Amino acid sequence: MNNADHPTQSPGNVAGIRRQVVLPLGKSIEIAYNSIRVRFFRSLITTLSLVLAVSFLSFVNVSTDVANGLLATGQPELRQALVRAGYDLAPEDRRADSSSKQRWIVLLSLLVCAVGIVNAQLMAVTERFREIGTMKCLGALDRFVMRLFLLEAGMQGLVGAAAGALGGALFALLNGFILFGGQAVRLVPANELLLSLLWATAAGCLLSLIGVAYPAWVAARMQPVEAMRVEQ
Amino acid sequence: MTTNKNIVRVTNVTKTFQLGKIAVHALKGVELEIPTGQYVSIMGPSGSGKSTLFNMIGGLDKPTTGKVYIDEVDVSQLDAYELAWLRCRKIGYIFQTFNIIQVMTALENVTLPMTFAGMRNDEAIEKAMGLLDLVGLGDRFQHKPFELSGGQQQRVAIARALANDPAIILADEPTGNLDLKTGEEIINLLQNLSHERDVTVISATHDIKMLNVSDLVVWIRDGRIDKIESRDELTISVGRIDARNA
Repeated sequence: MNNADHPTQSPGNVAGIRRQVVLPLGKSIEIAYNSIRVRFFRSLITTLSLVLAVSFLSFVNVSTDVANGLLATGQPELRQALVRAGYDLAPEDRRADSSSKQRWIVLLSLLVCAVGIVNAQLMAVTERFREIGTMKCLGALDRFVMRLFLLEAGMQGLVGAAAGALGGALFALLNGFILFGGQAVRLVPANELLLSLLWATAAGCLLSLIGVAYPAWVAARMQPVEAMRVEQ
Repeated sequence: MTTNKNIVRVTNVTKTFQLGKIAVHALKGVELEIPTGQYVSIMGPSGSGKSTLFNMIGGLDKPTTGKVYIDEVDVSQLDAYELAWLRCRKIGYIFQTFNIIQVMTALENVTLPMTFAGMRNDEAIEKAMGLLDLVGLGDRFQHKPFELSGGQQQRVAIARALANDPAIILADEPTGNLDLKTGEEIINLLQNLSHERDVTVISATHDIKMLNVSDLVVWIRDGRIDKIESRDELTISVGRIDARNA
């Protein structure tokens, strides 16, 4: 073995030790993935509020895309149909935009969702205190635990947000189809649709990571002696 | 390595917990030396400070005053990295509640500490298989914890504790959740490993079965060491305990 076999109090040795307690990224991803898979139902519930909030965001954005697609044709009867459907269009408007009221509701739903994620993840940390304590007894550093929780939340966020974004977009297209007929779906600008999907997915991922930040910090600070506790 | 070296040295340790306005003195000045390669039992009633002393020896808690040396390293001087290193390389933990990580197979549980220690994956798997064979679970490496009995889970925990060839195995009531026969098997396994691999086994226990295999028994009472007995003195006391129980 090498000189770090016997840690001493000399600061020069610390770097050698630091390198020796490791958790490679690939291994972290594997552990995080397995952890989600084994607790699939639990993860599903944690992610569900995110899916719903993101699908709402996606619905609002894609609906706007649909309206813009119809407006871009310049046909007055389609413009009339949009006004009848509740779009607030002044005569000179060339583009539809989501109303400020809609934006507020979306923002609120995302906020509620973030609080829900914090709640669910804090509960997950409490449920797993023994597992976290054991890992720390086996030599895990605070940041390993932090990384595992962030990775889990990131994966859940990505899958959940992508599903929510697709679901919301499909629903918005269906809604457009019912209100304005087949041309509504045909006329949607593809790049704007794609942008809306990406934006909703990214927002969902970010939300998931923000929501898990505090619970992950709590988990990382857990003392290894917690693993010794017999009853909760 | 000299055989008479002390792997753990506790000098004049006190520990005070602040519970609201009341200060609880869990340890009131403990002196203890544990020689390498011995099987040591720490006995004592609950509330005696046994768990506190045990956690301190395991580097899980720091003394209020006094020093704890593990392998001649002062634990209170270590930072978070060095403590993690110590837990990873020098100490193997065995728990009353087994604490097999539920989402991993037996094999993954045993390889995890080796991954932390920076060992290559194939090397770790090979070593883990050897260790699982050693504890008699070679054919059950792919099983999840819920597919294993309590005794088997504790065997996985022993294999995991041995993963990085620690100097100390710290066993907290290792037989507390096991029936009589399984508990005996686990104790014998620990004793054999301690002798074959020159590992110091330190266990906190209520279990009288443990006394028979212990090289050294440390009795704790009211935050102080009541007495330290070696094995030859012990047979007499066990007889006395048996007589008293009868």
